[in-house]
Amino acid sequence: MKKTHIVLLVLIAVAIVVLISYTGDLSSYETVGSAKQKPGKFLNLIVKMDTSVKVQYDPVKDPNYLKFGVQDSLGGKISVVFHNTMPTDMEKSERLVLKGRVQGDVFECSSIVLKCPSKYKDNPNATANQPVTITE
Amino acid sequence: MNTATNPAAVQFIGENLLPGQLGYIFTIVSVVASLVATFSFAKAFYTNEITQQNSWQRLANIAFIIESVCVFACFGVLFYVISNHLFEYKYAYMHSDKNLPFEYLLSCFWEGQEGSFLLWSFWHCVLGLIIINTSKKWKQESYGALMVISFTQFCLATMVVGLYIFDFKIGSSPFNLLRNEMNWPILSRPDYLVLLKDGTGLNTLLQNYWMVIHPPILFLGFASTTVPFGFAVSGLLKKEHKWVTPALPWATFSAGILGLGIMMGAAWAYESLTFGGYWAWDPVENASLVPWLTLVAAIHTAMIYKKTGTSLKATYLFFGISFLLVIYSTFLTRSGILGDTSVHAFTDLGMNAQLLGFLLIFVVPFFILFFIRYRSLKEPAKDDVIDSREFWMLVGSLVLFLSALVIISITSIPVYNKLFGQKEAPPEDPMFAHNQVQVFVAIIIGVLTAVGQYLSYKGGAIKGSFWKKMSLPLIITVLLSSILLWLVPITFNDKGIGFQAALCVALVTSIYTVVANAYYWLVVLKGKLKSAGSSIGHIGFGLVLVGIFISSSNKKVLSWNTTGINVIQKNPNEKNPVGNPMENLTLFEGIATDMDRDPSSGKYNYKVTYIRDTVDKLEKKYFELKFIKKGIDNKVQDSFYLYPDVLKNNKGMEGFSANPSSKHYWHKDIFVYVTSFQDHSKEDTVQFKPNEIKVGDSIFYSNGYIKLNNVIKKSSTDAQVGVDEVQMQIEVHSKEGIVYQANPKVKIDGQSSIRMIPDTVRAQNLILNFNGVADNEKNILIVGIKESTSLTNLITLKVFEFPFINILWIGVIVMTLGFGLSTFARAKQIRSKKE
Repeated sequence: MKKTHIVLLVLIAVAIVVLISYTGDLSSYETVGSAKQKPGKFLNLIVKMDTSVKVQYDPVKDPNYLKFGVQDSLGGKISVVFHNTMPTDMEKSERLVLKGRVQGDVFECSSIVLKCPSKYKDNPNATANQPVTITE
Repeated sequence: MNTATNPAAVQFIGENLLPGQLGYIFTIVSVVASLVATFSFAKAFYTNEITQQNSWQRLANIAFIIESVCVFACFGVLFYVISNHLFEYKYAYMHSDKNLPFEYLLSCFWEGQEGSFLLWSFWHCVLGLIIINTSKKWKQESYGALMVISFTQFCLATMVVGLYIFDFKIGSSPFNLLRNEMNWPILSRPDYLVLLKDGTGLNTLLQNYWMVIHPPILFLGFASTTVPFGFAVSGLLKKEHKWVTPALPWATFSAGILGLGIMMGAAWAYESLTFGGYWAWDPVENASLVPWLTLVAAIHTAMIYKKTGTSLKATYLFFGISFLLVIYSTFLTRSGILGDTSVHAFTDLGMNAQLLGFLLIFVVPFFILFFIRYRSLKEPAKDDVIDSREFWMLVGSLVLFLSALVIISITSIPVYNKLFGQKEAPPEDPMFAHNQVQVFVAIIIGVLTAVGQYLSYKGGAIKGSFWKKMSLPLIITVLLSSILLWLVPITFNDKGIGFQAALCVALVTSIYTVVANAYYWLVVLKGKLKSAGSSIGHIGFGLVLVGIFISSSNKKVLSWNTTGINVIQKNPNEKNPVGNPMENLTLFEGIATDMDRDPSSGKYNYKVTYIRDTVDKLEKKYFELKFIKKGIDNKVQDSFYLYPDVLKNNKGMEGFSANPSSKHYWHKDIFVYVTSFQDHSKEDTVQFKPNEIKVGDSIFYSNGYIKLNNVIKKSSTDAQVGVDEVQMQIEVHSKEGIVYQANPKVKIDGQSSIRMIPDTVRAQNLILNFNGVADNEKNILIVGIKESTSLTNLITLKVFEFPFINILWIGVIVMTLGFGLSTFARAKQIRSKKE
C-alpha cells in the first residue's frame, strides 16, 4: 500500500468522524406541543404569528426585547421572547422559522427567519407585485 | 398561461413586441446552433482523417460562432428591454424600475435566473471563441473540450428557451410578456401599459456596486471550470493524457477568477448585508466555495502529474468534480430546495426537473466514463517518497478535497431531507459547526503551503540546504506572530479554550505561509516575476487566512446596550440562555450617547450622536451619525461621521433593508448599521394632559416627576413690538435620578397674538406646554404634559469593530495576481513551445 493511500484512508476516516459528529449537532423541527415536552433543547419551530396576542416591543425601553405570540399548524400556541430588534416585516410575514429553546412558559428564540410568499414564488396569481392603480 | 380573456381579441396599445420576438428567435437559433456545434466538434474529435476533420471543424466553428452571436444578441435585446423600461415584458417589470441608476440596470439583468443563465452562457461563448482561436497545437484535445462546452451551452440555452413540449415547460424565457404570465385583471385592458406606471424594481439588497461586478466575475469563474473539465473528458474518451498541459493555464485562470468572484460576494455581504461579516457559511456561499477548493486541488495534482506522472486519477477526478459541483451548486441555488436555510437563493421558477436533468446529464456519464477508464489510468508503481514535493502536494490536495466534501455534505442537508423525507435542521450554531472543522484544514494547508516549495520533486535533492533555508522564515514567523498576538491577542473564547488555541495556531501557521512563500520568492527565486505565480498566489492565500483569523476572532461588538434608558437590566457577561447579546444601542436624535464601556476603567470609549437623517431621490434614508473616540483623560482622539442607510423594501415586501457603513482605518474597520428606526415626522395623536400647578408643586409622569420651581415674566423693552413672555422654570426628575431643565413659555405679541412655545425633554419623551392660567389670584397655572414615544426620532444601532480586515482584502488581490501570473507564464510557455 502506498503512503498516499494511508493518508487518504486516514483523511476519509477523519471526514466521516466529522460528519457523524455533525449529525449529532443537528437540531430538529418540532411542533409547539412537542417542543414543550423538551424544555431546554435547541430546536426549530415553524409557526405563524398569533394575532390575538399583542406584540410587545418598545425600542425606547429596550431595543433588545421583543415578545410575541405564535401558533403552529396544529393550533399549539406559545409566547416567544427574542432578545434583539424586531425584524422589520415580521407582522406581515406568512410564516416564521424560529430557532431556540423552551424555557419555562416561553420560547427563548435566538433567530427568526421570515417567509414572505411573494419572495419565494413567481406565482401568476400572486397579487403582491400587482400595480396599485385602481381601475374603473 | 392566461386564459382569463382571449388575448387575440384585444388590441393592446403601445406594446413594443419586436425585441421579444427577436429574443425568441435568437434563443431558438442558439439552441439549434449549439447542438450542431456539439455534434460537429464530436465528429472532428473522433475523426482521424485530416480532410474530414477539417471540414467538420469548419462546420463546428461556424455553428459555434452563430451560437455566440445569438447569445450576444439575446444579451443585447434583454438589456435593451430593461434599460428602455419596456414593462410589457415580465422580466423588466419584475426586476427593474425607472428610478434605477444606469449601473444597477446591469444588476437587474442578473437578478433573475434567466438573465444569469444568459450571463453564464455569454462567458462560455467568449471562452470557446478564445479556444477556437488559440489552440492550433492542441487541436484534438480542443475539439473534445469544445464539444463539452457546446453541449453545456445547449443545456444552458434550453434553460432560457421557454417552450412547452406537451405539458412540460422547458426553460423560462426572459422575453415573456407580463400579460401572458400573470392573471391580473388589469392586464386584459388594451391600455394596460399606461396603467403600469413603473416596474417593481430591483431587490434593495442588490442595489450595491458589488452586485454590478460580482455576478459577472463569479459566472466567468463558473464558466471557465468547463474548460479543464472538457479537456479531462476528452482525455478520458481518447485515453490520452497530454491535455493536462493546455488545461493548466485555464485551470489557474479559472481558480483565480472564481476565487475573486467568491470574495467579491463576501465584500458585498460585508458592505450590504447586516449579519455583520463577510462569510456566514450560507449554502449559496458554500456552493461556490466548494468547486474552488476542488479546483485548487486539481491544479496541484495536475502539476504533480506533469512533473512525475503520478496522481493522474486524482487529477481527472478533481477536474471532473469541480465542474460537477458548479452544476450542483446551480441546482441547489436555483431549485428553491434551500428555501428554509439560505437567505439568498433564487426564486423557484418551477424548472426543478430540468435543473436536475442538467445535473444528472453530466454527473452520470462522467462517473461511468471515469470508472470504465479507471484501470487504464496508469501511474508509476513506485512508492511515494516522503520528503518529495509531490507527496505533500498530494496530501494537501486530498485535504482540500475532503474539506470540500465535508462542506458540501453539510450544505446538502435540505437535499437529504427531500430525498428521504427527513426533517433535519441546521445545528444551533451553524457557523461554528463549519469553523471548528475548517480551522484545522487551514492549519494543515497553511503549513503545507509554507513548506511545500522548499521540497523538490521526487525528493532528496535539496536535503542539505532545506533546514538552512527554512530556519530564517521560521524565526521571522515567530517574531511576527509574537508581535501580532501581543498587539491583537485572540480573545475569542466563547467556544472554549481548545478552539481559542486552534485559532492561535491557525494564525501562526498562516503567518508562516506568508513569510515562507515571500522568502522563497525573494531569496530562492531572487524576486523574479516570471516564475513567481505560485509563490505570490500562496502569499495571497496566506494573507487571506491571516485576515480571516484576526478579523473574525477579534470581532468586537461596540454597541452593547449598557446605557439605554430604562433598559431591562441584564448583565451582558452573564450567559444569556439563548446566547443572544444585547447588541443594539438606542440613539435619540440629537442626544450624544456613550458607547463601548471599558470593563476595567468603567469609562466609555465612544460618544455617538444621531445628528439627523436625510432622504435622497431613490428614497434611501441616510442617518448622519457622529462618532467621537475618547482617549485616556477623556480627550478626543478621533471624530468621524458615518452614514448608514436604509432603503424601503420593494417587491411587495414590507420593511426596510439596512446598508451598513464603515469607517476604515488601516488596521481596523468600525462597522455600523441601523437595526431599526422610528420616524415620527408623521402623526402624533397623543394629547397634552392639562394639570393645575403652583410654584413648588410636583406632578408625576410615568418615569418620575416634574417640579415647577419658578415663573418668570419678561416684558420686552422694545416698545414697538411689545412682546411679553411668561416662562415656567421646571425641573424634570427621572426615576434614574437624572434632572433635566424645561422652560415652556407663552409669548404675547402686542395684544393680538399669543404663542405657546412648548419645551421637550427628549430623553424622557416628555413635552411640557404652558397651557394657560387657571386662577389668576391664587397663581394656579396649567401645564400640559404630553408623553409620547413618537416624540423623537430614534434608531437602534449595531456597531462592530473588525481589526485588520484589510489584510483579507489585500490577500484576495495578491492571490488573484498570483493566479494571473501563473496563467500568463503557462500560456506563454505553451505558445513558445509551438514555434
